[in-house]
Parts: sequence; C-alpha cells; structure tokens
Amino acid sequence: MTTLENIRESIENPKFTYRQRVAVLANLAENLLDPPPVRKECREALEARIICDMYEGNAPYRPRYLLPDYAIVLENGSAFLELPAAKNLDDALAFLLIMYSATPSITGYPVYFGELDTLLLPYVEGISDEVLYAKLKRFWISLDRMFPDAFAHTNLSPVYNRVSKLILTLERELLQVVPNISLKVDPELTSDEYLMDAVKTVFACGKPHFINDPMMQSDLGVRYAAVSCYNSLKIGGGSHTLVRINLKATAEQCNGGKDQFFDQTLLHYLDLTAELMESRINYLVEDSGFYESNWLVNESLLDLDKFSAMFGIFGLAECVNILMEREGDSGTYGHSSMADDLGYEITSFIANWVSQRKMPYCNGNNGRALLHSQSGIDLDIGVTAGTRIPIGTEPSLLEHLKTVGRHHHLFASGISDVLSFDETAVKNPLAVVDVIKGAFKSGMRDFTFNLDSNDFIRITGYLVRKSDLEKMPAARHSSTYLGAGSVADSHVDQRNVKRVVSHESSPRTGS
Amino acid sequence: MKARHAQVANVIPFSWVDGPGNRFVLFLQGCNFNCLACHNPQTIPLHTRRARELTVSQILDQIKESMPYISGVTVSGGEATVQHEFIAELFTAIKESDELSALTTFIDSNGNASAEVWDQLAKVTDGVMLDLKALDEQRHIELTGNTNSVVLDSIKHLQKLGKLYEVRLLLIPGINDSDQQLIDTAVWLKNIDPAMRIKINAFKTHGVRAAAKNWPEVCDKDMSRYSAIIS
Repeated sequence: MTTLENIRESIENPKFTYRQRVAVLANLAENLLDPPPVRKECREALEARIICDMYEGNAPYRPRYLLPDYAIVLENGSAFLELPAAKNLDDALAFLLIMYSATPSITGYPVYFGELDTLLLPYVEGISDEVLYAKLKRFWISLDRMFPDAFAHTNLSPVYNRVSKLILTLERELLQVVPNISLKVDPELTSDEYLMDAVKTVFACGKPHFINDPMMQSDLGVRYAAVSCYNSLKIGGGSHTLVRINLKATAEQCNGGKDQFFDQTLLHYLDLTAELMESRINYLVEDSGFYESNWLVNESLLDLDKFSAMFGIFGLAECVNILMEREGDSGTYGHSSMADDLGYEITSFIANWVSQRKMPYCNGNNGRALLHSQSGIDLDIGVTAGTRIPIGTEPSLLEHLKTVGRHHHLFASGISDVLSFDETAVKNPLAVVDVIKGAFKSGMRDFTFNLDSNDFIRITGYLVRKSDLEKMPAARHSSTYLGAGSVADSHVDQRNVKRVVSHESSPRTGS
Repeated sequence: MKARHAQVANVIPFSWVDGPGNRFVLFLQGCNFNCLACHNPQTIPLHTRRARELTVSQILDQIKESMPYISGVTVSGGEATVQHEFIAELFTAIKESDELSALTTFIDSNGNASAEVWDQLAKVTDGVMLDLKALDEQRHIELTGNTNSVVLDSIKHLQKLGKLYEVRLLLIPGINDSDQQLIDTAVWLKNIDPAMRIKINAFKTHGVRAAAKNWPEVCDKDMSRYSAIIS
C-alpha cells in the first residue's frame, strides 16, 4: 500500500540516483490503483506470497520482457524515431542506442540489446581492426553507463566471428556489469576455439552464460534470445508477465504427504498462479493499450502473436525435502536419488499441467504459458531459486549436473543453473569446455559458471561486482542494490565456490 | 575378457589437474619409490585394507558415468606402472569400446618402468606425464630411495615414442631448487626435446610424513624464479 510517507522516503532517499527515484515514484503511483481483478483465494495466496507477481505493479502497462527485432529499423529505418536505414557502422551503433532508449521495460532499462554480433556484422566489412575496436569499445562503455542494469542482456551467435571475438576481448578488458551476455552454443557450429575464448572471459568477469542452441530452437523456433535473468523468448515477442509459484510454501500448505500434495495442494496453487497470470495479461493486452499504441508494435519490431507468458516455479529443493520428511523418508534434494526422483516427478507434473492450461494472448506458444525455473529475487530467504540445489549444499560437479540436468528439457523459457569452480580451472580452461560440451550432450539447456576469485558474483542470475557492494551507498547500477540484499540474506557469496546475480523488481527498490 | 583386478586407492570422476581437459582419474595402489615428499604416503604399500579391488569392467562402468563431460582417462597412483598389465588391459578396452574410444588415455608416472613396459603401454596410451624428482643421482636417492637412471631412460624413450606429454618437477626449497640444479635440469630436458612441456609442482607439506613436515614450502617468489629459469 502506497503512503505519503513512502513517497517522501523515496524522494529523499540518498541511496537512489535521480533515475532510480523516478522509477520508484512511478511504481508507487501505479500501486495506488487496484490490481487486475482475481478471486479472493487468489488474492490471499498472492498476499501470503505462495504465488508471486514479482512486484511488477498493479496496472501492467508494458510487457515484462520484450525482445524488439532491432534489425528491422537498421534495415528500414523508423518513422517514429525519424531515422533512415543504417548506412554504416556509425549509424548502426547510434541507432541501436536510440532504440534502447525508446524501449519500455519493467526495470526502466531494456532487457534485450539484440544478438549484437549478428546485428553488426553487415556493417563491419572494410573497417580496420583498430577502428572497429575503438568504435565498439565506445559503444560497449555506453551500454554500461547509459543502461546500468545487470538484466540488460545481449546474445552472441554460435559462430565465432570478428565481432563476437572482439566483444569477448572487450569484456575481459572493461569488466563491466552491463551487458549480461548469453552465448548460443551449437555443437555443429561453435568451435572449441570460441568456447575457450568464452571460458577465459568467464574467468575474468563471470560472463557469458551458455545456451544449448539446438534445444532452444526446437522449443522456441530459430529466432529466439535469452534476456534479463536467463529468460529465453521469441525475438519480436516476449513475455507479458512472469508469475511464479513458491513450491516450498505450497508444500507447507499441505497437511498430508505426497498424494495429497499432488492431488490437491499443488493443483490448487497452480490454478491460482494461472488465474493471476491471466488477469494480468488481460489487463495489459485489453486495457493498457500497449499493443495498440507503442511504436515497437506499430513498426513491427514487436508482434503480439509472438508473445507468451512465463509460468515460474521456485523452491523445488525445499518442497522435495518437506515431502520426503512427511513420507518418513530420509535424503535431501541433490543428495539422494529418491529425493531427486521426487523432484523430477513434481516438475514433470507441473510441466504437463502448464502445457494443458490455455492462456490468453499467448499465440507465441500455441496459446500456452512457457514454463520457467525462476532464479529468485533478493526477498527469497530460505527458498532456493528454481530447481537449483541449495547454496552451500551442492554436491560434486558430476552429481550436481546429474541432479539438475534432468529437469532442463521441461523449461522452454529457461532454467539457469550456476556451476562453480575453483582456481584450478584457470590453468585448464579445456576442462571447462569439456563440461560445457558434456552438459549440452546430456540435455542441459542453459547454465552459468562462476569463479570465486574474480570481482563478479552472481546473486540469483544477475551479476554484481563485489567491489560495488562494498561501495554502497553510491553504486550506479540499480541491480547492485538487489544484490546487497541477497548477499546479506542468503549468503550467496558463500556458495560452494560459486555464482552471480539477477535484476528484477523488488519492493526493496520498488523498481 | 580376463577378470583381472587392480588394487585401487581412489577414483575421481572429474579432475582438472591430471592432464589436458576434464579427466576421469584412477589412482592405483602401490609405489616402487618411497619419496620423503610424497603427498599420499598411504598409497605407497601395494597391499592395504584401504585399497579396493576393481575389475576393468567395473572401472569402465564408472567411466561411462563421466563420459559426456570428459576429455579422457588418467591412471595415476601410487605408481601406475606397478600394475602396468592392468593399465594395458583397461586402455585396450577403452580404445575398443564404441562408446569410449574418443577418450584420450594418459598415465601419470614416476618414470620407474622399463622400456619394455613403455613399449607395451604405448600401443594404447596417448600420453605420459612423468615426474623427475632430481637430475642429480645422489639427490634422487635421498629423496626417493632409488637411483634415477631408469627415470632418465624413460624420459628419453617416451620422447622417442612420441608419448611424453610433460615432465613434472616437484621442487623443494633448499633441496632441489638451486639455480644451478634448475639450469642443469632444464638443459638436460631441452636437449632431448627443445619443445618439451615442463610443469613445476610446488612443494607443500600437506599430507607428507614426519621427515618432510618441517621442510619449507614454495613461496610466490620461488615460483617466479623457477619459471624464469625453466622457461
């Protein structure tokens, strides 16, 4: 509930930059309105945070995640932005920055910068390495300074090329939080040399994230991208909303054992999650006017028919452990095949349910929501992200991969796991390349590595710099504030040598 | 297939420090040296209640669990070549298996094996990582209880066979790390192969027995000096 006191606190908060204050104020104003209508039990489940709308706001007026097809403007120009087609690299780089600044978002900053090597390749012919380096470096610095949000995300195509090579070089040199990067890996197209270069970049700055390209293409089509906190969606589309179910809290609502959980409790809360999504989607599409008025839609950079919505789950580990105990069985998630099997039974059950449940305005996925293993926000104390193994209890890497890997095929819109390693990896990057290739061969969809010794830490899915956490208050990146909460509350910096952070809405920042 | 057993000290499904890439490592029990600086002295006796007996097929099953994620298999020890017949059988099985034949096979050895043993293993082994404890014979005897003539022959022989992946020097401050010792060693090795991979292992007291407990550990400054001389 917004109060005058909240408004004044936000205006006078010395920890916020000007832009952060504006974003918080907009959110507070939005929340003066009543949320889209849902039944009483749905509202109560939301208030109890058994289901969660990610604090998107009471009157959704832009999709949660949108992936504009920027190539359209580069090729054809834009009437709204009064831009001609890009004729050269300078045009392309400037027009991209202009488009990003005109892209709406939940966080205030775009979650998608495009597949930048693919977007820029047509403009680099005839440009010397030296000039290309200087121009791209300036652009890369601009991304971090103009869009200081760790959720702002670019993708790299599976083919090692002049631009992708230079981007990795700049990443190692600049050590910026922004942009987050996902590398699409196709065993047929992605060379070991490219992977080695990427792994060395991971050693320096925790990026890129690795994506199983053939698997993603078979679920989402050829034109997809990973954005924000590893949400994979269609280019030209996106996700209207992200609502998630807290499986730990759901298990706690169940008085009985496994049977009651599956037959009654889980079904009940899945239904309420879907109801909340449906209501929010209807408001966004039918009432907010976004899809009728926004320039991205008018100029075909976005197409309603490519949208779906994300159905998130989290807290699987705790849910499994609670049910194991109820059944009188010993063993915990990540450490017992019985517990792991139960985990898989739960995710398979949910995946099947979500694939049956019709969802409005989700033509981007046959009228259904996309299942997502949600990587958490800083309020998730004592609840593990998605289908991950609780921080600090991760088993050996092989066991870890086997436990989490089996779930991956179920989560078309992303299931980021974070795998950590120690210093020995730095002397043997080929070992990390082996693990990446093996993980994709065994059916994993996407994952990130974290090296404990660099300055970057992955909190839930997004990156923050440890040195920025120490500097607070005064950090320039909005996401750094979210990171501080997670480090203090969940001890993500004490992972069994691991991980980084994600930047989404939270009442902590009101963004 | 013969159901030969190996005396196994330990098995690691993933290792990032036993050769190129991510590797499955089999540590065999038993060593023919008795090094003062040994980090795993419990693996020295050939027969101990702590060791497990495993067959080739049992080990293949374990390798299959790691298979999609690894570059290859390394057999270490103890001293791997003490059970060289078993290694030959294991590596032959790997090379003949449709599922596993893409894996590279490596041996981590103290070098104390005859040319005949290496000739036999070379048919199914892709690379050997070999320790040279000291170039000076007297120093070698003090450190290992054995002369180094077989070790030096092994280095030359494996290089000729094209199977020497790298030579490792375990350097101990004040014992085998003087400038002169390092120069002599580097010259001797590069005479055999100017492009030889030489890896420096820094002595740490972790795991060693009483006799070596008070030896100084290698510090960063030592490491810089070693690298400057060896490279």
